[in-house]
Amino acid sequence: MDLSYSDEEIAFRDEVRAFLAEKVTPEMKDKVRGKAELTKADMENWHSLLNEKGWLAPNWPKKFGGAEWNAVQKHIFEEEAAMVSAPRIVPFGLGMLAPVLQKFGSQEQNDYWLPRILSGEDWWCQGYSEPGAGSDLASLKTTAVKNEAGTHYIVNGQKTWTTLGQHANMIFCLVRTDKDVKQQEGISFLLIDMDTPGIEVRPIILLDGTPEVNEVWFTDVEVPVENLVGKENEGWTYAKYLLTHERTNIAGVGFSQAGLSAVKRLAKSEMAGGKPLIENPHFAARVAQVEIDLMAMSTTNMRIVSKAAAGTAPGVESSMLKVKGTIIRQEINDLARRAAGAYAMPFSSEAVEGSNAMIPDPLGAGPVAAKYFNNRKLSIFGGSNEIQRGIIAKVTMGS
Amino acid sequence: MNFDLTEERQMLQDTLRRFLREKYDTATRNKILNSDSGMSSEIWAELAELGVIGALFSEEHGGFGGKGFDIAVVFEELGRAGVVEPFLDTAVLAGGLVADLGNEDQQAHIESIIDGSLQMAFAHGEPTSRYDLTRVSTSATEKGDEIILSGRKAVVVNAEAADMLVVSARESGAQDDADGISLFLVPKDAKGLTIQGYALLAGGRAAEVTLDDVAVPASSRLGAAGKAADAIEARIAAANVAQTAETLGAMETACYLTKDYLGTRKQFGRPIGTFQALAHRFSDLLIEMEQARSAVILAAGHLEAERGVRERNISATKNLIGRVGRLVGEESIQLHGGIAMTQEYELAHIAKRIVMADHRFGDVDHHLERFIALAAA
Repeated sequence: MDLSYSDEEIAFRDEVRAFLAEKVTPEMKDKVRGKAELTKADMENWHSLLNEKGWLAPNWPKKFGGAEWNAVQKHIFEEEAAMVSAPRIVPFGLGMLAPVLQKFGSQEQNDYWLPRILSGEDWWCQGYSEPGAGSDLASLKTTAVKNEAGTHYIVNGQKTWTTLGQHANMIFCLVRTDKDVKQQEGISFLLIDMDTPGIEVRPIILLDGTPEVNEVWFTDVEVPVENLVGKENEGWTYAKYLLTHERTNIAGVGFSQAGLSAVKRLAKSEMAGGKPLIENPHFAARVAQVEIDLMAMSTTNMRIVSKAAAGTAPGVESSMLKVKGTIIRQEINDLARRAAGAYAMPFSSEAVEGSNAMIPDPLGAGPVAAKYFNNRKLSIFGGSNEIQRGIIAKVTMGS
Repeated sequence: MNFDLTEERQMLQDTLRRFLREKYDTATRNKILNSDSGMSSEIWAELAELGVIGALFSEEHGGFGGKGFDIAVVFEELGRAGVVEPFLDTAVLAGGLVADLGNEDQQAHIESIIDGSLQMAFAHGEPTSRYDLTRVSTSATEKGDEIILSGRKAVVVNAEAADMLVVSARESGAQDDADGISLFLVPKDAKGLTIQGYALLAGGRAAEVTLDDVAVPASSRLGAAGKAADAIEARIAAANVAQTAETLGAMETACYLTKDYLGTRKQFGRPIGTFQALAHRFSDLLIEMEQARSAVILAAGHLEAERGVRERNISATKNLIGRVGRLVGEESIQLHGGIAMTQEYELAHIAKRIVMADHRFGDVDHHLERFIALAAA
């Protein structure tokens, strides 16, 4: 056992640091920290900077144009990027669809779609959840029926919680192609062009006021049969495979480390009893408690990710990472909210921009409460924490 | 012992609950939340007519209540409906201070508060005072017949709509001395007064208030010079009764919505409330709700007690409600799932009211420390 980085790993970390120092501008940091809106163009710009460097697709094999990083390299990059508030990589095409295509897609599909993901030509979103199919995803009802000529699927139904769907030109969907078999055995995986007639995207405003997710409606949408991934009615297998990829980096250790640093910064400037809040024993204890959990979490994450890299498929462990990782992230959001005191109450710093151009808190608390509420989603999406606990119990007890 | 409400309070509760159920539905409130003023003057006038504000003042000031349980009854119902209109700021805080300390001329304003025609705000907290009630840096300097006020007040709820502000300022002593703090009535159009407003995450509006050599006549002082600290503490106690009762009402709604959802939302072919993992967590909320109700009764029932007893109960209650509030806010969202994350669903607003209540008049940690300090004193 050796807990320190090797010389090569240190060299890699230095290269990552130098890259981030050069490319992540103060404007970008402010946007990532919620002080201004991170636009579609900002996210595309970040992707293209990473793509130029060859770092956009750390998980992909080299033959597809990926970086093929090992677990330690990925960990280093995620941690360093989060610490400097670099924009995150939008995962839908790169981290979620691509692994499915690489494993189950045809040669033609890989040749066509993968380069477009790297170049940013396509912005993908995910069509999984439906109003009646959340935790119980296999009960999804959106249908795809082949036309008589056998050239197209006709898709009807509704997807929901489609993150950043307003920016996307492509959506990968789970659709029902057979109603007469066991739920899981009648699902297919389709790639759908968002510009096809019959698709309507409606924004859902979240409780912090952000238009982050959408409803997507399909009415007689024609999808070429070439856009079926793998075999008809085997989509559930692909979906499960995708979910294990959705859960890599689900622990969000880098986000937690960045969040904890931000809490400490804020607690140094906010005052309590005439002294910096960070010197208040009660608040300091709260911060320390989370920091202790996070130190262990970081090592847990590395242990599990290394094991996965060695070929063991992440199963129950990724569920564990998701549950504990999100609990820690949410706890840190809670600390930030507490630290801000009364200045957590303003809607957000954006709300006052333009009016008097004054940020309410002279001590620098940004929209910490908005973030706290927004990140309640962490324990709900990607398989709620209750679903994860169910998986852990089922796998370990065989119940 | 008798835990029943008096007949009058029971009637007020029933009337208010019925009115708000009919008039303050989710659609109406969402419209108010999206409006520039962040409040509805019609709702304000109608509630004033119903006696909501009168119930917050004693008979000697023209009202018909003003006791801890009057405040608790009113605010529990306001909280249940997620009302964002600033009754706490106009009536309990600023209006209450005028009632407690004002001379006859100053108390004449109370009639206008009760009939709903006067809006007020209490400008007390400052950027670095956090939750300390005696940490006041804003200065008050006598200059002939006038007092000159200078300083900055932070997150002053209802400042923009207020016709008049009650402003705390220091006439003498060190920055955190209890002695030396005075209160002044400052009209909204006073020269040198700047109000920079913004919306609040949980509804309503607040502002940063800057006093740049604002001159007010010495007659605008409320009570004796430098002696306002005790009255401020007592008024914040009343505000905490109001706010914890409001949070209790909001938590009742959160639990009601959660129960309803657990019973109707189906996944895996059955209502999700039949899954024991969720059912037990809902049960925990109900257990904590009983604790919360008792805590509010303790605070309301001791509001008229001597200072030491009163403050110990207030801090205990604010601490407990803050803890239960976080639990109920977070768990009711989690037990719902994604739907509770959407702005148009009732619970989103209610959960924000519940959690953000911990950011006024002292949070969980502040009141825990205060409870310890009061016991040691």
